[in-house]
Amino acid sequence: MMSAPINNNTIVNIPDQRTAKMPKRNYINNEHGLLSWLFTADHKRIAILYLISITFFFFIGGAFAGLIRLELLTPQPDLVASDTYNKFFTMHGIVMIFLFLVPSVPATLGNFFIPIMIGAKDLAFPKINLLSWYLYMAGGTFTLAALVLGGVDTGWTFTTPLSTHYLNTHVITAATAIFIAGFSSIFTGLNFIVTIHRMRAPGMTWFRMPLFVWSNYAASILMVLGTPVLAIAIVLVALERTIGIGVFDPTKGGDPLLFQHLFWFYSHPAVYIMILPGMGVISEVISTFSRKRVFGYTAVAFSSVAIALFGFFVWAHHMFIMGVSNYSALVFSLLTMLVAVPSAIKIFNWAFTLQKGSITFETPMLYAFAFIGLFTIGGLTGVFLGSLGMDIHLTETYFIVAHFHYVMVGGMLMAFLAGVHFWWPKMTGRMYPESLSKLSALTSFIGFNITFLPQFILGYLGMPRRYHAYPAEYQVLNVLSTAGATVLGVGFTLPMLYLAWSLKYGAIAGNNPWQATGLEWQIQSPPLTENFTETPIMDHEAYDYEWLENKTAHEVTTVG
Amino acid sequence: MANAIATAHEHDAHHAHDEHVVLPQHLHHFETEEQQREAGTFGMWLFLLTEIMFFGGMFFAYLLYRNWYNPAFVAASNQLSVKLGAINTAILITSGYAMALGVYAAEVRKKQMLVWTLIATTIFGFAFLGVKTVEYKEKFEKHHVPGASFDVKEFVNPAAFGLKEEPLAPDMAQKTQIFFVLYFAMTGMHALHMIIGLALLFWLIYRANRGDFSSGYVAPIENFGLYWHFVDIVWIFLFPLLYLINKHVG
Repeated sequence: MMSAPINNNTIVNIPDQRTAKMPKRNYINNEHGLLSWLFTADHKRIAILYLISITFFFFIGGAFAGLIRLELLTPQPDLVASDTYNKFFTMHGIVMIFLFLVPSVPATLGNFFIPIMIGAKDLAFPKINLLSWYLYMAGGTFTLAALVLGGVDTGWTFTTPLSTHYLNTHVITAATAIFIAGFSSIFTGLNFIVTIHRMRAPGMTWFRMPLFVWSNYAASILMVLGTPVLAIAIVLVALERTIGIGVFDPTKGGDPLLFQHLFWFYSHPAVYIMILPGMGVISEVISTFSRKRVFGYTAVAFSSVAIALFGFFVWAHHMFIMGVSNYSALVFSLLTMLVAVPSAIKIFNWAFTLQKGSITFETPMLYAFAFIGLFTIGGLTGVFLGSLGMDIHLTETYFIVAHFHYVMVGGMLMAFLAGVHFWWPKMTGRMYPESLSKLSALTSFIGFNITFLPQFILGYLGMPRRYHAYPAEYQVLNVLSTAGATVLGVGFTLPMLYLAWSLKYGAIAGNNPWQATGLEWQIQSPPLTENFTETPIMDHEAYDYEWLENKTAHEVTTVG
Repeated sequence: MANAIATAHEHDAHHAHDEHVVLPQHLHHFETEEQQREAGTFGMWLFLLTEIMFFGGMFFAYLLYRNWYNPAFVAASNQLSVKLGAINTAILITSGYAMALGVYAAEVRKKQMLVWTLIATTIFGFAFLGVKTVEYKEKFEKHHVPGASFDVKEFVNPAAFGLKEEPLAPDMAQKTQIFFVLYFAMTGMHALHMIIGLALLFWLIYRANRGDFSSGYVAPIENFGLYWHFVDIVWIFLFPLLYLINKHVG
């Protein structure tokens, strides 16, 4: 195989396009027809099914974000009525959280690459994997049904007694959607944990696994332990609404705060379900594009598990203003600060990985840099919100909206796009257009900051979240935010277009365009249905670039 | 190493396990049957962990309200039939014992014994649900089902430690509804798990009778056994928590 000359500014190493061919057999052309996809048990095909469906829901959620920003362009409530506005942000929240962020990296990239990275042929339970996609689609269908039938306006938090007593919208339909989608997430997590424990190839010890696998493992623990609690909370809300059981109804002796405890027991860990797999992507990308083993590998691996564990003991920081006792608020505030420690461990270790590395700036790396900066801002403003006095002032304002969008969009979505670009050549066998993708990464970064930076100030000045009208003095910052959202929208639409284009016209990528060390890069692109021709034996650490050099040198001599 | 992970068009894929005899149930993506069995059992334990968390939400609610409304919980618990609850506990433990024998029968490849123990498990399972139906019916008759027709007049502070039996204070009496909400939610969710288990048992009996588990392939029996014992154990917690609050012998 001839290699293109290596340019100093890039590590991209793709085969000569005049002679390069796509592999004859791979997982995509192994079988044909729609049914072969709908009944597949191949983790790679299921990942593609997920990728298509979560992209669909991402644009639905994005459309609602657009409508919200459009309404907030002017201080007056002129575009829609207040009830409709409530439905907009509820739908934006439900779709983005349960149908995009929670499954985003695990169900697509995790599904595709965890088995390959540990040297397995598939996940432990391929049929359950397919079932989890169907559950996801059923959840999505119920969400769309709730939308078409007239919407829900509880907010994604389903706060009782608002959701149980005071609203006449499709709460039960939306609750059913979340209940079902939750089981999809449980099955994905369960599948990952069993696979990582039981399916590792010979020599693939725990501390030779790529950090992407570690972070998905940590997220899976959260999915398996947290999601059932959300399920029972949602069931109780539905029962309260339909037959008035009274568990959350103060007039019958119930306690609405109990719902908050149950809901946030899942929904706080859920933010780590969303962010941890993204952190795994960043570890892979940073290592590959600075040609260095991730600094402090063990610390980064354990920090994922630490985030998962601490994540279960901080939920009441969502409830500081809801009348919990001062003592419990104090303890939860302290525990919340503790989560900053493993997160900081990751950030510092990535920084030290970059130090003296041979850094190149391919698109995944641009997204990874965006992640590090934006996640740090999002994380640190989280410390503001975790301290009791500040929280009373800032919670339920745009400050909190900006905070979690910095973590979720600036962090997670950037990580997702980093991962999609990084592994696109492996998933499809073709390269995406490099300069266009760099442009769109830059557009997203700029658009993102114009959208959400003003919201920190708006929140600090006291603009409450979830209102569709505001005093005129907030207009400048709101206009800025809406303008930024437009740029951001362009930044997110571009990748969908050029990635689709690249499926047919992209350059043929070859096995290892980034010269990365992971097992997934040592097999053909796109991979075979069974991933490996024979079971690989892992005889080196993760991110061992010397091993890769020796191997490549060896290959050249045998071919030459 | 380089050889082991070479690209596909150089080799034709061949399977390592083609060389020895494999069970028809062996799935291709597992290296060995042992790995497959271990993965299945591990997956089942994890699933049971999610079930514990699911029931955990209701146990948490129970803990909270039992602390807040203790007199109401005592009075309401005294309206449940300890006798029926105890009988049901015995029935369910017997059913669990039959299931354990079934797992043993599958492991030693005794087909007839497996079929009969599974049938016994099923019969005891239905007996449990039968007794539960009698209990639910009684609750409807006594107006102890939460809702508009809920009747509080039978709830009293039980006589104990030289104190006389006396009616609950009116607002505390209303809180007995919370007890019965939890009673129906928890036993109802438990019964739902029993019903799902019984449906699976029919399927397992059919397959056992066909001889699917007579050749050393016991994973479904083993894993269903774990599920069935889990349902047992949930009841072992529910029985004292719901039926035996402040019961004093003598």
